[in-house]
Amino acid sequence: MGLTTTTHGDVTIVEVEGQLTVGNRQDLKQVIQEAADGGARKFLLDCTETGYIDSSGLGALVTISKRVREVGGQIRLAALNDDLRSLFELTKLDTLFAIYPDRAQALDGY
Amino acid sequence: MLRVERLPGRPEDGVEAVLLLVVPSDLGLLDEAVDCFVALCVEGGEPTPSTRFRLRSAIAEAVSNAIARGNESNPSKAVAVRAELRERHVRVSVSDEGLGFDPDTVPDPREPEARERPCGRGLLIIRHLADHVAFNTKGNTIWMTLPRW
Repeated sequence: MGLTTTTHGDVTIVEVEGQLTVGNRQDLKQVIQEAADGGARKFLLDCTETGYIDSSGLGALVTISKRVREVGGQIRLAALNDDLRSLFELTKLDTLFAIYPDRAQALDGY
Repeated sequence: MLRVERLPGRPEDGVEAVLLLVVPSDLGLLDEAVDCFVALCVEGGEPTPSTRFRLRSAIAEAVSNAIARGNESNPSKAVAVRAELRERHVRVSVSDEGLGFDPDTVPDPREPEARERPCGRGLLIIRHLADHVAFNTKGNTIWMTLPRW
């Protein structure tokens, strides 16, 4: 998995390339945690290049989301492919995350 | 070192070949093991991205459960992955050396009180992705029928 972090105004954008799985979920947790410790509160995970997210990856997102909400922040997800989107719907995690079709719509009004 | 063994199938039963892989109980090896195994499952064909997703995700969830839950990441235990390759689909079994579990007692992770838990979604995902899922009586082997192309 490759993680690329950029900012757009006060939004921290993390691009997740490849897989978010049990083997690398800690990397994402660390990136978000460090940004939150530095004062970031608005996060956008851009999944344009994300091929797989396993149940551990979903679990990591749940944990990250909880921590961010506890400090008054929010995480938005963008550009999930149809297969990944179906996993969020299956597990009802689409009720925990705001999911947008693409980055531009996720940033709109954020 | 991970190595997938390819054995002759049983043409009379529609089995083209059998793949065998033994994975040490180390989650750090999971992605490499599953990517390698799936590549051989679809070798010679052109699966759709969705079919590859189903194969890859279901097998990864089963092996991950076997390592972490079944074998409790005990390095002296291993997980055996076996696939029967058929013309249109593949029947995969994943076996661990643990005590087994009763799949009917696994809590539903979609319940409101469970949605913020970091784990417990693997079996639900497997049932969603596979055409058919079955367990042995002990509960330490899962069989999954998945599309191949």
